[in-house]
Amino acid sequence: MRTLRFLLQKEFRQILRSRSLLISIVLGPIIQLTLLPLAANFEVKKIAVAVVDHDHSSYSEKLIAKIYASPYFTGGRYRESYKDAAKLVEQNKADIVLEIPQNFEDNLVRDGNAEIFIAVNAINGTKAGVGSGYLANIIADYNQDIRLQWSQPGHFSEASAIDLVNENWYNPFMNYFLYMVPGLMVSLLTGIGAFSASLNIVKEKEIGTIEQINVTPIKKSTFILGKLIPYWVLSMFVFTIGMLISRFAYSIVPVGNISLLYGFLSVYLLTLLGAGLLISTYSDTQQQAVSLAFFFVLVFNMISGVFTPIDSMPGWGKVLSYISPMSHFASVMRMVVLKGSTFIDILPHFIAIVILGVIFNTWAILNYRKTT
Amino acid sequence: MDNNIAIKADKLTKRFGDFVAVDAITFDVKQGEIFGFVGANGAGKTTAMRILCGLSTPTSGTATVAGFDVYKDAEKIKKNIGYMSQKFSLYEDLTVMENITFYAGIYGLSDKDIKDRGAELLDRLGIAHEAKTFVGSLPLGWKQKLAFSVAVIHRPKIVFLDEPTGGVDPVTRRQFWDLIYEASDRGITVFVTTHYMDEAEYCGRVSVMVDGRIDAFDTPANLKKKFSVDSMNKVFYELARGAKRKAD
Amino acid sequence: MNSPVLKQLYAFVRKEFYHVFRDRKTLLMLFGVPIAQVLLFGFVLSNEIKNSKIVVCDYAKDYGSQEIIRKIEASKYFKVQKATLTHDQIETAMKAGDIKMAVIFPDHFYNDLSHLNKAQIQVIADASDPNTATTITSYLTNIINDYQAEALAQNNQSYTIVPQVKMLYNPELLGAPNFVPGVMALVLMLICAMMTAVAIVKEKELGTMEILLVSPLKPYLVIIAKTIPYLLVSLLNLTAILLMSVYLLDLEIKGSVVLLFAESTLFIISCLALGLLISVGSTSQMSAMMTSQMSLMLPTMMLTGFMFPIENMPFWMQGISYIVPSRYYYTIVKAVMLQGLGFSAIWRETLVLGFITLILIVINVRSFKIRLA
Repeated sequence: MRTLRFLLQKEFRQILRSRSLLISIVLGPIIQLTLLPLAANFEVKKIAVAVVDHDHSSYSEKLIAKIYASPYFTGGRYRESYKDAAKLVEQNKADIVLEIPQNFEDNLVRDGNAEIFIAVNAINGTKAGVGSGYLANIIADYNQDIRLQWSQPGHFSEASAIDLVNENWYNPFMNYFLYMVPGLMVSLLTGIGAFSASLNIVKEKEIGTIEQINVTPIKKSTFILGKLIPYWVLSMFVFTIGMLISRFAYSIVPVGNISLLYGFLSVYLLTLLGAGLLISTYSDTQQQAVSLAFFFVLVFNMISGVFTPIDSMPGWGKVLSYISPMSHFASVMRMVVLKGSTFIDILPHFIAIVILGVIFNTWAILNYRKTT
Repeated sequence: MDNNIAIKADKLTKRFGDFVAVDAITFDVKQGEIFGFVGANGAGKTTAMRILCGLSTPTSGTATVAGFDVYKDAEKIKKNIGYMSQKFSLYEDLTVMENITFYAGIYGLSDKDIKDRGAELLDRLGIAHEAKTFVGSLPLGWKQKLAFSVAVIHRPKIVFLDEPTGGVDPVTRRQFWDLIYEASDRGITVFVTTHYMDEAEYCGRVSVMVDGRIDAFDTPANLKKKFSVDSMNKVFYELARGAKRKAD
Repeated sequence: MNSPVLKQLYAFVRKEFYHVFRDRKTLLMLFGVPIAQVLLFGFVLSNEIKNSKIVVCDYAKDYGSQEIIRKIEASKYFKVQKATLTHDQIETAMKAGDIKMAVIFPDHFYNDLSHLNKAQIQVIADASDPNTATTITSYLTNIINDYQAEALAQNNQSYTIVPQVKMLYNPELLGAPNFVPGVMALVLMLICAMMTAVAIVKEKELGTMEILLVSPLKPYLVIIAKTIPYLLVSLLNLTAILLMSVYLLDLEIKGSVVLLFAESTLFIISCLALGLLISVGSTSQMSAMMTSQMSLMLPTMMLTGFMFPIENMPFWMQGISYIVPSRYYYTIVKAVMLQGLGFSAIWRETLVLGFITLILIVINVRSFKIRLA
């Protein structure tokens, strides 16, 4: 243990003297947490609709007015032909083209039904899906309006209505920051932790001091522990900065127990840093460590559920997501901050990261050989 | 076992695939001796030394260092030796005193010992006023001397020096050897590899490695007599002429 | 340029190739990252919200409620668990994280609907993710609207507008078409800018840069020689990504491949210039990497529009996105590759990208002169 004290003293001195590391540790969270949440807004709104109205009837105009009245759609772009409207889509000036054929009103009044044509730019599948969904809702609403208007008093059966009573729990004002900021904090911590830990041992390899360490009687596990603890402390510090930023910049107050968050984080970090050290033991140069770490951080981020829903992944994607420690922390973070989940609720995630942590760290210690 | 023997190697061999880096070498080093391990680059000196330091396990043969077996007791060996590699081994982003404290600390010296021996070390090197200087900004010669002093701060039985004087000027080399003699006087066995043949003259006994084998093993004076030449340089030249491996 | 210079340049480029191509682990990553990204984006990730786990509490158990539940079950958007839960139990289920929505049919649902012409369905959404909550609520609304429309059609009394919807460019609403151009921008940025910056700073750290600069080759040629291998690796990567998109993701390249490669080369040059610029300002590999992360990767992820919709960002941030080269590249790739448009549709973006590249090169040349002076 006495050896560990000297190792820690040395590591802390080196970290506190590395300006680039310190800058990224202090500035990183500030920049990321102030800028990213502004950008990471997946709400689908401001869908630009271009209209081609061949009918120019009162019914077509009412339908158009109803669409533009929705907060999701912007527009005011009228074109004379579908071809002209399609050009707007090519230029990314419109997302949806709505074409109303001639005799629209006549057909509706005479036959009781009429067609309209909708073309959606579907390169962004989400926007296309959600946007056309909204449009379908509006049209269904409009249908309902017409029926109500035309149905004879007393014949209500034609207009029987199911009323959806909506309740939005945990985030009733639909504040997107409340969801994204905790997720981004997880992403931030994972990045800083994995990169700094993976560069660590390999740096000693590159400058040659590792040889000197290897001839000393330091135990492998002590050495790894000495490398792990400083970054653990540092990450806790970064997390605290992040919590303060989200408290004061976004007014996010965790519903659940903060000490539960810190408790989970402290175990998560051991797992994550173990993975970083593992990368370090496999690399010979810092460039290698960087590219390896980049690879894993990217994959962890992509499958973490922070940016895309895990439910939508295929089975093997879910398995991947399950063996990536970041997914668990992301879930727990959001559960505790937004829903006030308790230890029992997060227990499955806790068990998962403990198992992953034991694997990564044992692997790192075994792979860090003092002899060849 | 013989109490006067610090290192003993018998048919020690290390292979990397087909390549025999160290080919059945046999020698012994007496306690307190300055033992020179010379040879061209690539002759296998560093590999042999890494085995003796517990950094690498041999393929076959036996060896003991400070009475401990290199196969079984590598960690015990490490407690009893000091090591300084050809690659610079101090942390450049730590100060002189911080480096001393760190290495002394991980060898388990008490706080009082660290303080006393640190001060003594700085005094001996005459750099007490540089205690708070970053090692990175010291001249190379000073770094080497400091690295050596740090390598023996825990007063090991044996110190291994792997080409310690590479790249320094002749005056500094001379001063460096003064430090080696002082350590030897204090009873520390010195095992030094070098390819500077004038340095071989300073050693008590010398073994010359060629192609992984020890081709000659004696005092410098006897070796010169045996080959009827007047310098170690010529002894080496005689032996190395037949070498198959090219120096890199 | 006379031939001895070319020979020298050739020798240098060859040396740089050895550096890059002999480091197996780095090389593996240079190709591993794009491959993994394409595979993940193509097969695992999608922004589409589907398979959401919901719980249905059917207190009515009548014809109407069961018909609607059957419809919900048939939808790919939902995975239904049936249960009879109290409010408290719903809360417990949501806190454990799995259930995204609860749909509750009250007693006498169908009775109310057919006799009073009005019935209620209660919907409780886990709105911690507002996007998911809004989207799945809207899916549910559509299903219920459908049910009503069908019920009305049976009465043959409907006045209905039927929308014919056509999805352009990506009829199956796949995630890949949106991501692949983004991955291309990200990977090229990573290889060209970050790796070049780290490689050059490494030479500075090891002190070998000085040796190169005193060699007979002109300094700017030294720099060009250092960047050429990364240019090549990038083009190889680009080819790999495109091949995978076509053969694994069934994504057709609708426009001209030559145009795509030409535009990519322009973008690569701008990335290399950025990487050089970072290497000028950095003293250690670590700081070069951190700077690349902060000033290149982050803006590329954030401000090109492939991860996050730009139109949702605050105005000033949209402004910044106009100086990010990858934004233009992303637009160009989408237009050429997915929409099959020609140069006439993207000349503006090309012009801006070219202009940015030119500025970067000028800054580089200037700072390089200062460094040598």
